[in-house]
Amino acid sequence: MTLLEASHLVKTFGRRGHRFHAVDDVSFTLAAGETLALVGESGAGKSTTGRLVLRLIEPDEGTVRLDGQEITGLDQRRLRVARRSMQMVFQDPYSCFDPRIPIGDSVGEPLRAHFRLKASERAERAAAMLARVGLGTQHLYRFPHELSGGQLQRVAIARALMLEPKLIVCDEPVAALDVSVRAQVINLLSDLQDELGIAYLFISHDLALVEVIAHRVAVMQRGRIVELADTAQLFEAPQSNYTRELLSAIPTIGPNRLSVRRSS
Amino acid sequence: MVVGTPLLEVEDLAISFPQERGWVQVLDDVRLRLHRGETVGLVGESGSGKTVTAMTAMGLIGAAGAKVLRGSVRLDGRELLGLSETEWRAVRGRRMAMIFQQPTRALNPAFTVGQQIAEAVRLHLGLSRADAYKRAVEALDRVHIPNARERAKDYPFAFSGGMAQRAMIAMALAGEPDVLIADEPTTALDVTVQARILELLKEVQRDTNIGMLFITHDLGVIAQVCDRVSVFYAGQIVEEAPLDRLLAHPTHPYTAGLLASVPRPGQHRRLSSIDGTIPDFMHLPSGCRFHPRCAHAVHGRCDVTPIALEEHAAGTARCVRADELSLDGVEQR
Repeated sequence: MTLLEASHLVKTFGRRGHRFHAVDDVSFTLAAGETLALVGESGAGKSTTGRLVLRLIEPDEGTVRLDGQEITGLDQRRLRVARRSMQMVFQDPYSCFDPRIPIGDSVGEPLRAHFRLKASERAERAAAMLARVGLGTQHLYRFPHELSGGQLQRVAIARALMLEPKLIVCDEPVAALDVSVRAQVINLLSDLQDELGIAYLFISHDLALVEVIAHRVAVMQRGRIVELADTAQLFEAPQSNYTRELLSAIPTIGPNRLSVRRSS
Repeated sequence: MVVGTPLLEVEDLAISFPQERGWVQVLDDVRLRLHRGETVGLVGESGSGKTVTAMTAMGLIGAAGAKVLRGSVRLDGRELLGLSETEWRAVRGRRMAMIFQQPTRALNPAFTVGQQIAEAVRLHLGLSRADAYKRAVEALDRVHIPNARERAKDYPFAFSGGMAQRAMIAMALAGEPDVLIADEPTTALDVTVQARILELLKEVQRDTNIGMLFITHDLGVIAQVCDRVSVFYAGQIVEEAPLDRLLAHPTHPYTAGLLASVPRPGQHRRLSSIDGTIPDFMHLPSGCRFHPRCAHAVHGRCDVTPIALEEHAAGTARCVRADELSLDGVEQR
């Protein structure tokens, strides 16, 4: 079932005469419980696309539908309600939390903003959600700087889950994390998807990682999607030259990806 | 096999940094050998001691208030620790140069790229202004910056990340150093640009026979450029091996864990992870620093006394069980 449908999204930045197409006619769909990866190099338009989907920025043209409802046409009040089903997790968790507010309060905040729940109830639900992402109740009263990057990214995921969203846009969620911790966070995201049926729009420059976790991959270059395919198909038989170039540039510790495929 | 006196040799290095409640030791028993024409990779997670080791070798840690507890750093057999600042200046840039993760931040925005490289040339080689500038343009040309004569007149903001890193490499090579230390030089770059910069570094090494210390957290990058690798964990080297052996037959469980956590073609949905987190230096575990996270740890052997980095039949590792374990590596080919 189609959860998200982005149609002909266009976003330009700059002034007249110096207009720059950050996102240029981008369309894709995302099913419930599916992971679609947006890959490409810096400036390709991945993050801008992610922000357009959540309407954190306004598109110049095009529409976004979530569960059949057109997000792009909503007024502020209705958008606020719609935002309960779509959340975002960013690359640097330290910049996503108020450094003066204890973790537990930050995680419970969405329940206050959207449902006006009492503090005691928010704390209870926050504790349950932190447990869900593998953090004990002792973390409720800690401050962001007291947690490691990996722990704080788990907290960011916990906060994104508080409103039981159907979609989470993950913008390079593990790029700032160390290798051993990165695996823990990726596995957590996979487990949550299996249990809760959340869809991820997974923005990443790391193709090796994307191959492991995405169901489908959209390759972006200069604001456009140059190739969109099932993950296995994209990695085994890339159609565009640009995708091939990207794949051959991945530094691997085993045999080179393309040469293996060619010989097999 | 490389023989003879190493170009750069680090022995039993221990470094402390001042903190609010006294000194914290962040490096312990670090040893390295780098020969001419060789690339040694330092791999590990943030805070493991890779950069502190490099900074010590460059004589740059004094500025951070750090203290050398013991150890030695020798360049061509000559002790560097304890040199005066004037003596350091004859080594830094001239005999050993360094490039960093953020090339655009390492360049001065107020001068053209050509001027900055010429300044380095003048300083290190004592050439006239005109000759130094000529040399700077040649240096940019050598790192394959197209139309180098014109690009030399540009200010750093006009350079992309990849081009700026090429300019930094040109500047680092300007003093004709024997050792190049590259600290995460491609981490901030796109993959296709990264591939070209790695190619350039290899080419430079072929041409100049320079010794290279390559710092990165990315094992994939290590596999592209290094001859030998030292794996850092919590301020110590836990394993040291030639690249192929490290990848195919890791000797330390931490190395095996790192290799396993790298995403691989054909893997689905889950990555192999190392449980737990890196210890902080104020609360290091007893015995082996990795033992609380290690699936192979044995009570009474791994958690009692500090473990030495030793040559075992299986390889050089800081693990008492090195010869008993048979750890999985990555199939090569």
